Amino acid sequence: MIQSKKTKTTNALIFIILCLVGVFVLYPLFFILNNSFKGKLFISKDPFSLPTAETFAGLTNYVNGLIKTGLLSAIGWSFFITIFSVILLILFTSMTAYYLTRVKEKWTQALYYMFVFSMIVPFQMVMFTMSSLADKFHLKNPVGMCILYLGFGAGLSVFMFAGFIKSVPIDIEEAAMIDGCNPLQNFFKVVFPILKPTAITVAILNAMWIWNDFLLPYLVIGISTKYKTIPVVVQMLVGSNGNKDMGALMAMLVLSIIPIVIFYLTCQKYIIEGVVAGAVKG
Amino acid sequence: MEKALKKYFVIFTVPTLIAFAFAFIIPFIQGLYLSFCEFTTVGNAKWVGFENYKLAFTEGQGFTRALGFTAAFTVISVITINIFAFAIALMLTRKIKGTNLFRTVFFMPNLIGGIVLGYTWQQMINAILYQFETTIVSDAKYGFWGLIILMNWQMVGYMMIIYIAGLQNIPTDLIEAAKIDGATSWQTLIKVKIPMVMSSITICMFLTLSNSFKLFDQNKALTNGAPRNKTQMLALNIYDTFYGKTGYEGVGQAKAVIFFIIVAVIALAQLSFTRSKEVEQ
Repeated sequence: MIQSKKTKTTNALIFIILCLVGVFVLYPLFFILNNSFKGKLFISKDPFSLPTAETFAGLTNYVNGLIKTGLLSAIGWSFFITIFSVILLILFTSMTAYYLTRVKEKWTQALYYMFVFSMIVPFQMVMFTMSSLADKFHLKNPVGMCILYLGFGAGLSVFMFAGFIKSVPIDIEEAAMIDGCNPLQNFFKVVFPILKPTAITVAILNAMWIWNDFLLPYLVIGISTKYKTIPVVVQMLVGSNGNKDMGALMAMLVLSIIPIVIFYLTCQKYIIEGVVAGAVKG
Repeated sequence: MEKALKKYFVIFTVPTLIAFAFAFIIPFIQGLYLSFCEFTTVGNAKWVGFENYKLAFTEGQGFTRALGFTAAFTVISVITINIFAFAIALMLTRKIKGTNLFRTVFFMPNLIGGIVLGYTWQQMINAILYQFETTIVSDAKYGFWGLIILMNWQMVGYMMIIYIAGLQNIPTDLIEAAKIDGATSWQTLIKVKIPMVMSSITICMFLTLSNSFKLFDQNKALTNGAPRNKTQMLALNIYDTFYGKTGYEGVGQAKAVIFFIIVAVIALAQLSFTRSKEVEQ
């Protein structure tokens, strides 16, 4: 009995600590949400209080911010680039990983290690040469971005798919071949369905990376075109004008975070599982 | 079967290979070559040997200072993130009410991109410092600890998830046996739980290590190196060398190669460390 009473107090104490950590985690998000509804002149004076009748600005900051930055179109381009890059990555890297695993020759081995090697190379190593290459071959547009993401994301994706394909027994495929499937039918009807859990992991890891990626779109697409993505727009809003409109900044930060929070709350289980699987294998 | 597949070589591998060549292979080889050249665009390179590498350390753009700042930041963030993450994971494996909700909330910051959360925290920290009539860019101390807090805020939830998975894999009879033998909960932690999650600890250490060392977006957004590049990390230093001053592209590329070598050494250390663990088990 004494033991359980002691456990009870420890658990209550832990519960309080966890609540405090929760406040620490959520407060910055509340902070920008709260200030996004205040007039821009009141934010620096009194950043921690709730909006009052005097400071409340309604949706003015949101309207101003959207007009000034074109964030809505950036959200659209971010969606476009993220979704199509992930589709390309899933489709082509699973096929490549399958080929490299099933055809055992010196050059397929070498290529596989090249993909693995690319995972450890930091972006700074290739950023200058890659963006000038992209310039030369007219890849400075959303479609070009998807191709670059296919290439730069291929390392991790091939690695993860290949790791799984190695454990798939070859017998089922041979049975399908005897039944008259060609390798392409064989891959899409027999192998790909088995790969689904890995495909979900690969899709989530790449989607999170591409959605949040800043430097690649900033260097390749740049700031003077209409194809800007969310991080690029946020950076411009802060970086460009010395006389900052803090209200608009708060509102745009809120709008940038909302899609991620919705995505997280709807696919939470897959996201957490995917990220753990990626961490353990990568 | 292998023969039939080989005929489909083009469909299976060529799309990925073309993209891979454009995004990685060609830029990587060009980058290596250009680090030995003086250039302003890829087209007008002139061979200068190891000159760029010498300049990287001597031209006074703070490469060594950035290296020192990055190393100090990495050490402190690796230690704090892992301690907090492990402590929270322990608290969340006691079957307390609301465990799932806490887990969901704590993990969330990990999904927000570096630029967006960098500016969010810049606003927060400045709002606090404003009460003392100062800002985050007025003293390198603020930038340093601000970056540490930000990194903890973002990564603790992620590492916590990995530690929870590790802790849940410990067989319960092992912990019960320790209890029956009269071990206190502290002894159980030190003698049973920590040794049993050593592989999770390795993963988390290296993940936080490489993420902290390669940090760019958060650094750019929070302070952009201010004041006077005192809070500039390596990745940002390389970026500024490339795009800040014409004529220094070669030096930037040489710095990038050095950066790549350090990151590769960390990755190889991780690999050999994990391998040796696997042999032991």
